[in-house]
Amino acid sequence: MSIFEYNGSAVVAMVGKNCFAIASDRRLGVQLQTIATDFQRISKIHDHLFIGLSGLATDVQTLYQRLVFRHKLYQLREERDMKPETFASLVSAILYEKRFGPFLCQPVIAGLGDDNKPFICTMDSIGAKELAKDFVVSGTASESLYGACEAMYKPDMEAEELFETISQALLSSVDRDCLSGWGGHVYVVTPNEVKERILKGRMD
Amino acid sequence: MGDSQYSFSLTTFSPSGKLVQIEHALTAVGSGQTSLGIKASNGVVIATEKKLPSILVDETSVQKIQHLTPNIGVVYSGMGPDFRVLVRKSRKQAEQYLRLYKEPIPVTQLVRETATVMQEFTQSGGVRPFGVSLLVAGYDDKGPQLYQVDPSGSYFSWKASAMGKNVSNAKTFLEKRYTEDMELDDAIHTAILTLKEGFEGEISSKNIEIGKIGADKVFRVLTPAEIDDYLAEVE
Repeated sequence: MSIFEYNGSAVVAMVGKNCFAIASDRRLGVQLQTIATDFQRISKIHDHLFIGLSGLATDVQTLYQRLVFRHKLYQLREERDMKPETFASLVSAILYEKRFGPFLCQPVIAGLGDDNKPFICTMDSIGAKELAKDFVVSGTASESLYGACEAMYKPDMEAEELFETISQALLSSVDRDCLSGWGGHVYVVTPNEVKERILKGRMD
Repeated sequence: MGDSQYSFSLTTFSPSGKLVQIEHALTAVGSGQTSLGIKASNGVVIATEKKLPSILVDETSVQKIQHLTPNIGVVYSGMGPDFRVLVRKSRKQAEQYLRLYKEPIPVTQLVRETATVMQEFTQSGGVRPFGVSLLVAGYDDKGPQLYQVDPSGSYFSWKASAMGKNVSNAKTFLEKRYTEDMELDDAIHTAILTLKEGFEGEISSKNIEIGKIGADKVFRVLTPAEIDDYLAEVE
């Protein structure tokens, strides 16, 4: 079994009309055993920037702490929040620093940039960025997620419709993956507010 | 002077609370050629005298105003070789920032990092402070900015400033002439007039250097021909 599949994870982000949504599953497992059903995979960097990390859970937590640390210092020095594109470049650089002993995570970054334009990207565990205009996925359920998103996505969805779409895509994909699931955690971010919702799916 | 007993080692404070080496560094700056900068509403201009030691020196090979990034330029008063070292270090820091964040470095951040380098040379063993004060001119998302950095590592944002030999006359002149809503071309004219105030000899495009940056965010050193045009307008 690959080390990326040790804990199980599913993360997805989608672009809407002047908004974005980022969602993850909630299972934390040790191979076949489920040990938590409320694991936090998506974290806020600032009000308009979120990062979801899939992969080995310990690296998810450590990498998140390091990124928050770097962003807080940046905020203090530059007296402004980091733009999503800048943050993505930072994450890519931090991952590549560990090129020969990497963090075993795949980040999904989602944010609102200048003029509230939504930005999403994903990268592999050593920092190869992949920008997308529609959706990005990561985790053990990524193959199902690709299929579900491709089928359900349409451009310029409003916040509520985007929420429905990303929730359906997430739940149907994790149902096909034994290592991820136990509900979902969805953030829908518009320029004025962040709506956080918990989904109840098949609890297995 | 009682202070002179404490002027041998940089890391020793004198009883009056001064670091004498820094005072001496400021003296070196004060005897350097005059340079000045003016922040206009839509850009920044920096200028300096370019007095060469002999008419045999090829003046086209000397450039006192340098780029740190495409949108930040710098000029100095004091020791030229020290300036070159600082320019090199600052350019490297700006490029490192760009490589990490894929975003051009904001002017304040570059000034702070350069000032930090200068401060390190006032608190390390076996080194001396830099014998230059810098005037950094840049244009970024926060608009036009002008900063002065001293050998001690302190930095200040200025609307208009001067350094070097003629500093007090130049500053008095700038205080009288500066207006908040000045535009870039007016600022260039004022810069030339300020340099003229204390100039020994005839001012020409061969013995001054002018750099400017406007809303296009591209820092440029003016060619001698352009300086001649401005000089003609000032006459």
